[in-house]
This record gives sequence, structure tokens and C-alpha cells, in this order.
Amino acid sequence: MTLRGDLQLVQDLINPGARVLDLGCGDGALLDNLQRHKGVNGYGLDRDPVNINRCLASGVNVVQQDLDHGIGNFLDDSFDMVVMTNTLQAVKNPRTLLREMLRVGEECLVTFPNFGHWQCRLQIFLHGRMPVSAHLPHSWFDTPNIHLCTAQDFEQLCAAEGFRIIQRRMVNQAYRQQRLIALAPNFFSSYCFYRLGRP
Amino acid sequence: MSAQTIQADAIGLVEVHTFQHGGPLVLQNGATLQNFELVYETYGQLNSARDNAILICHALSGHHHAAGRHHPDDAKPGWWDACIGPGKAIDTNQFFVLSLNNLGGCHGSTGPKTINPETGKAYGPDFPQVVVRDWVTSQAKLADHLGIETFAAVIGGSLGGMQAMQWAIEYPDRVRSCVIIAAAAKLSAQNIAFNEIARQAIVSDQNYLDGRYEEADKIPNRGLMLARMIGHVTYLSDDGMGNKFGREVKSGEFDQDESIEFQVESYLHYQGRAFSKYFDANTYMLMTHALDQFDPARGHAGDLAEALSAAQARFLVLSFSSDWRFSSQRSQEIIDALITARKNVASAVVESEHGHDSFLLPLTRYTTIMKTFLQRVLDEMREGGA
Repeated sequence: MTLRGDLQLVQDLINPGARVLDLGCGDGALLDNLQRHKGVNGYGLDRDPVNINRCLASGVNVVQQDLDHGIGNFLDDSFDMVVMTNTLQAVKNPRTLLREMLRVGEECLVTFPNFGHWQCRLQIFLHGRMPVSAHLPHSWFDTPNIHLCTAQDFEQLCAAEGFRIIQRRMVNQAYRQQRLIALAPNFFSSYCFYRLGRP
Repeated sequence: MSAQTIQADAIGLVEVHTFQHGGPLVLQNGATLQNFELVYETYGQLNSARDNAILICHALSGHHHAAGRHHPDDAKPGWWDACIGPGKAIDTNQFFVLSLNNLGGCHGSTGPKTINPETGKAYGPDFPQVVVRDWVTSQAKLADHLGIETFAAVIGGSLGGMQAMQWAIEYPDRVRSCVIIAAAAKLSAQNIAFNEIARQAIVSDQNYLDGRYEEADKIPNRGLMLARMIGHVTYLSDDGMGNKFGREVKSGEFDQDESIEFQVESYLHYQGRAFSKYFDANTYMLMTHALDQFDPARGHAGDLAEALSAAQARFLVLSFSSDWRFSSQRSQEIIDALITARKNVASAVVESEHGHDSFLLPLTRYTTIMKTFLQRVLDEMREGGA
């Protein structure tokens, strides 16, 4: 199975044999790959019945759980890595959840679309419209994304909370790194990956 | 076409078998049964590798007759016919399904109605108190007898789910997967309280006679009926009852009693009366005590994860949104413990308005989940994985 571009990158950032908790695991593709290729012991949380069936069909350990109700049922330090891909912007309490992720896991890995990307800025600035793009395909009225942020916003939150940024990858719409992005990441990257550690 | 459809997913006629265990069985409370019998049924074919067997564990008032019909004109099929059959969630085209009546039951297995060889009279209230672990031990003897080394799955709802869990703990290498439905790792105080009210309903029936009603040729019908009515209310949800009965006045469909005003009363009377005719009061006492006592974490300082540490099975833990007798939180405790113990586990909360009784119903999402999970178990066996 070929992985969605962002998941391929996430997989590269996870150590073999790690204990992984995947928040909003979707159809379980990431965990399925991690189990097959990296000997990872993983669990995924999702609330969508269709996703849960797909996970069951591929033998992924999926637990039906709504992230908006928190992850308080997981013990401190029970995972090496808590992953949340493309979901941060859709949860009710992103800050609380990030704190929780670093309680449960030694590290966490968060990916999300960068609202500071120049195309987003242009759509608001020039057209006066809410941005729609490859990473933000929804119209304002039916988007699940209620907490969009820019890479800079996110880093400010990390600084305020004392989260340590261990690794950062800023990519374009094809999930590739580019020289331009290095110049002004918050302007040229459309998607970001953050690997965080505790204060 | 509808006749064909019925044909296609119905098991058809099934037979009852009896397993006779010749040797003694020492129970958890120290008592010994010199020998015992279990009645059981099987559906589907055991393959040549003898690895496609599924064990069905029944709940409080269940028995061996889980699917199919004994006679072509039986009004109803077995109690879990909705889920067991060709192409159904527990697919008898692929699996060999084994269903039995537990020790202490009143449907043919050795229990309070059996003659005690020492006295020549029925055991009655003197039948030893069996617990979930005793059931699992006796079920394993039946599996030995049938030449089943490893079950592809052990499945149960409610009290049956507790047996499935105990199987995974007790015989880790004999359980490939374990499906725990609408169950709990131990009963809550509220749950024990409901059992005690039901027991008191039976005890206070003047025909109960400390359980020696059979000797006096009496049956504590009133008590059993009341116990069932209490139980039944807790197996349904407020919304489910509201939708089914509302405040409709009785139609005479269930009951002709003039003192009954509402449809729901009539229904409860009907259910209670029917139950009191086929269920044994001593078995009811015994089964509810077994329910109350189940707590596999007790021997591990209350640590359920520790209790589950020996298990090797892949688990599926299911609960229903409107079930308040065995709520989703109770299932979540099992799931959390399994994750802490690093076991393979998947879970789902199925939306349903039918309360605890949901586990008996052919709800599409529920049956799809079970079918998908069991298919995966089969695939892993064929890949030589798991």
C-alpha cells in the first residue's frame, strides 16, 4: 500500500519498535504500515464507524474514541510516540490535547496545514475569500477545521507551553521540501510536521 | 425470492448432543462434582485442521440452543440466530460453532434439577455454587472431547463476555481471538443491587421454600416472574421502551389481565410469566451469584491489566450506546486494561436504542463489525500470522 504523502513522512520519523498511539487514525494505513515495516506496537483512536471497519479489516488495533472527550483514559508515559496527523485543526481543544499527548507519550508528532501559506494569504488579501487549497479543500460552511493556525502560531503556542520542538519539516503541496521554504517557511510551506518533546 | 433468502441464511434443523464427563471436577469453592453432563449444539463443519471452531458462551438466561430450529414448526429459532448462520456475522460456512448450556443451568446440563447421586434426590439449592472459572474449565473439557485444541474465537455477550475474557486468561494458547460484548470486568454496586432485588423477589415467594420447592411439588412462579420483570427493565433503555410502548394502553396482545392498564405492563407480565414457566429458580440464584462474583483482577490486587497479562488472543470489545446495565464505560475499563497490558484490541460503541438487549439483535453495524473482525482472524490464520 502506498501511503498518503504526509503519512510517508511521519513513518520516516518514527523509530522501529516504538509504542505508538495514533489519534484520529482514519483507515489505519499508518499503523498498518508501521506494524508491517517497523515492528511497531500501535493503537489508533477514531470515532468514525467506516474508518473503524477499515481498521478491523486490516487488523489494526482501533479503539472507538472521540478526541473531543480527551484521552484521559491513557496512563502517563504509556507510549513512546503519540501521533496526530492532519487532525489538530479539527479538534475542540487543541492546546489541552497537545498537553495530554505529551503526558501520555514521551514525544508527539503533529501535522497540520499551514494557514500562513502564501496562497491562503492571497485568497483573503486579494479576493477577500476564505482560502480553499489542496490541503484545505473544504468551503467555510462545511469544513471540519475549526482551529486553523499558521506555523508561526503553532510555534508560539509551543513556546508558551514549553513544548520542545525536536524536529520540524515544512513542505509544499506535494509534501516535498524546497529551497524557497527554507527562506520563509511560514510563507512558502503549505503543510508542516512537528516532533515535540516535553519541557 | 424471500423463501430463498430465508433458506440461504438459516441453519435449518439442529440436534442437541450430550457430553458426559466421567471423572470428577473440583470447583473453585472446593466442592467436587463426581461427574457432569453438558448439553450442546454445533453448527457448521469442523475442518480437518480442527482450527475453525468458535465457542459461544451464553448469558444469564441463555442456553445451548443458540441457532436453528429443533423442529420445522418451532415458532422461534435459537436465541442468537440473528448472528449465527450461513453468511451471517458468525458465518457457519466458515466456522464450526459450538454452543452449550453451562454447568448449573436448567436446560439439560448438570444443575440444580439433576439428581444428586449421594441423596437420590434433585440437588435443588444444594447444587454447589459454580463461578465463571468453573464454567470455563468445564467448557475446556468439552472442547477436549470434541478434539478442539484452539478456538478461532470465543464469543459472549453480557455474562457470556465474562466467560470469553476468562477463557483468554485461563487458556491463553487455546484462544486465538476473544469477542467481549456488552460485558464488564466486574459488576458495579448498582448491577449487584439489581441482581439482589431479583433474588429477593424469588426468595420472598412463599413457594420458594428455601429452594426446596421441587420436593414439595411447587414452583415459585411469582418470584421468578418478578425477577424477570426487574431484569427486563434494566435490559432495555428509557428511549427504547418509550418508542416501543410509549403510554399506549394495552391491546390484549400479551395479557388479558383486567388490572393492567398500559401496554408496557402487559408486555412485562407476558415476559415474566413466560420466563417463570421455563426457568429454574435455583439456577437463577446460582447464575446471578456467579455474575456478582466475577472479578479476574481480584487475585492481582485489583489490577485488571495484570490479570490479562497472560492472554494472547486478539480482542474485540463491543458495547452499545444505550446500554446502562453494562455501559460503554465498563467496556472501556476492559479496553484500557488490555492496552496497558499491550494486547491486541479493537473496540466499538454501537449506536442503538435497545439497551443491553442490543447484543442479541441483528443491528447492521454490530454484525458488520463482528463479521469483519472474524474474517480478519481467519485471514491471519491462513497467512500463518497472528
